[in-house]
Amino acid sequence: MSNVLQIAWLIPILPLVGFIINGSGRNVLSKGVSGFIGSSVVLASFLLSLYVFIQVKNGNTHVAHYFNFINIETLRIAFDFKIDQLSSLFLLIITGVGFLIHVYSTSYMHDEPAKDFAKYFAYLNLFVFSMLLLVMGANYVIMFIGWEGVGLCSYLLIGYWFKNNNYTDAAKKAFIMNRIGDLGFLLAVFWLISKLGTVSFDEVFAAESLKKLTTTDITGITLLLFLGATGKSAQIPLYTWLPDAMAGPTPVSALIHAATMVTAGIYMIARSNILYTMAPVTLAVIAITGIATAVLAASIAIYQNDIKKVLAYSTVSQLGYMFVGLGVGAYTGAVFHVMTHAFFKALLFLGAGSVIHAMGGEQDMRNMGGLKKHMKITHLTFLLGCLAIAGMPPFSGFFSKDEILAAAYANNPVLWGVGVFTAIMTAFYMFRLYGMTFLGKFRGTHEQEHHLHESPAAITMPLVILAILAVIGGLVGIPEVFMHGGHRLETFLEPVFAQSKAITEKHTLSHATEYMLMAVSVGGALVALLFAWNRYSKYSKTESEPAGFAKLLANKWYVDELYNAIIVSPLKSLAGFFNNIIEKKVIDGVVNGTGKAVNYGSRQLRYLQSGQVGAYVLLMVIGMLVLFIIQLFL
Amino acid sequence: MDIKAYIILSLTLFTIGIIGVLVRRNAIIIFMCIELMLNAVNLLLVAFSKMHAASEAAKASPSFASDAQIFVFFIMVVAAAEVSVGLAIIVMLYRNTHSVDVNFLNRLKN
Repeated sequence: MSNVLQIAWLIPILPLVGFIINGSGRNVLSKGVSGFIGSSVVLASFLLSLYVFIQVKNGNTHVAHYFNFINIETLRIAFDFKIDQLSSLFLLIITGVGFLIHVYSTSYMHDEPAKDFAKYFAYLNLFVFSMLLLVMGANYVIMFIGWEGVGLCSYLLIGYWFKNNNYTDAAKKAFIMNRIGDLGFLLAVFWLISKLGTVSFDEVFAAESLKKLTTTDITGITLLLFLGATGKSAQIPLYTWLPDAMAGPTPVSALIHAATMVTAGIYMIARSNILYTMAPVTLAVIAITGIATAVLAASIAIYQNDIKKVLAYSTVSQLGYMFVGLGVGAYTGAVFHVMTHAFFKALLFLGAGSVIHAMGGEQDMRNMGGLKKHMKITHLTFLLGCLAIAGMPPFSGFFSKDEILAAAYANNPVLWGVGVFTAIMTAFYMFRLYGMTFLGKFRGTHEQEHHLHESPAAITMPLVILAILAVIGGLVGIPEVFMHGGHRLETFLEPVFAQSKAITEKHTLSHATEYMLMAVSVGGALVALLFAWNRYSKYSKTESEPAGFAKLLANKWYVDELYNAIIVSPLKSLAGFFNNIIEKKVIDGVVNGTGKAVNYGSRQLRYLQSGQVGAYVLLMVIGMLVLFIIQLFL
Repeated sequence: MDIKAYIILSLTLFTIGIIGVLVRRNAIIIFMCIELMLNAVNLLLVAFSKMHAASEAAKASPSFASDAQIFVFFIMVVAAAEVSVGLAIIVMLYRNTHSVDVNFLNRLKN
């Protein structure tokens, strides 16, 4: 019981230590040493997380109190870690997938100079540390520290190749978009403090605290928190940073998209589930935002040619699914999808990284093709990942997606319909990607073809492990219709969502309906899959440029352009106004004007110095007279 | 005698001195006018001193009556020293410009 408390603090501290060692020793550490330190601290965290997870599974949940972070008369914010079912599950995902990404990075980033290599691992460790802090924090403030930490690290890692201006722009975009969301989070925290005087999860979610909140309070707080989640988890309207986050090295994309960062929003809402359950308006907003994001991002992904861009939009789309799950009250489903998504998305990104590595940095799928025979392990694992994300049974994506879709159907069949449509698009674009990359004939240059090779073990091992997880990961949540008591994840997470469950009416679908729903979504996805497989295995470069509606999709609905026009450009012209008018004219005018006035005045006063003795004497006498007059008459 | 008479005389001398300085261009005349102003003030000082010597306050302190009388001599001595410096300047002026007209003293202009 107590030893969980004793070791829990080590889980986030270890990556922090790794960050400090790699960060401060980046000039002296060799690549091997910094890679080893970076990976081993995360591995150690993973093992500790595993231990904690087993303890939690046996029913030991705790709030570990370390010290008071803020302690003033009316407000006490403790530096506490909450170790329960939800956080221990996330700990496993973060450290487990994080560790595989670290191992992968040691090989993928091997061409970097030793100094940058150590810096990269320092950032990765800091990223993991922030994310661990986020999920372990037992109150909103500690969570917010981690929340800001991942924002910062994403900025640092996306802008890792900071000599390229486009990359630093992408990093800034990610940071600023996140900041907009963070403002919502912060306001929600202030609102909670002003109403309840506490931010600790246990105290806020206690029944007597919830009674103190009016419906307006709860709706306001949850909407503001959701704004924070849209920023971190890339939902409409703040999703555009995530596809641009591709600027970072590929393992970073995997880390941001799979294990950390984007799941923060889901985690936060799942953690605050009782607040959300009490705010039906917010839930509706979440479900609509989620489904809109899912369908929008999926439609964009269909016409992208950059392998990482397709995956990026698919992440946005899958995150949309998770929000649909949250919005319809299927918290377990959302968390389940976070988990399975972490497996197959990390796998897909790392697989894409392996492909890019083999192609010598080429990311355009139009120049790939036929990689199947050159990269056997990458091809096989990638195929499994694609099947999982397309929701093919019995791969992991099927179970989690199906759970969300079933819950959506119970809530509102329209949500389900759009969800299935998205699932069909998902299957289509994933197999378009697969077909264009691995099937058909190689379309790159001769030089590239010569260079093609399977990646080293440090890259393929994580792929294999993730592929296994992507295949079997769904088995922890077998739906009730297949096997009674098969949804072990739901049983495990039950205490976390018990409060919400108590106040929601239970929708139960008949088994026939559930089978029908599954058949429709799987059947639709299968048709799309086969169509894409068939069409894009014969893809050749001569295909015409997209036109009409396709052009709209290829250009991402022109959302970036729209944001540029309505937000960025006005801000830039405002900045230009301040720069050119206020700064250059007004402020510089005042400063230079003072100098000029003094200059001009002295030039005029110079004429007093006539050099004529008489004039001086006259002035002196006049001066004396004036003094006399002042003295005597005034 | 009434103090007013002294004041008027002193003011007259001082005004003559000022006007002389203002209107004349000959350095020696200007110099003499300055001396005239100085001595006008000296005269006023002595006159006020005499007036105060008759007052009640002077009886309490014996030196009070004679302080200004002695002070005037000091001023005259200093003035004499100043005259010697001033005349030396004028001599140098004459050597350089072959004139004692102060309007020629404008070489530092511009």
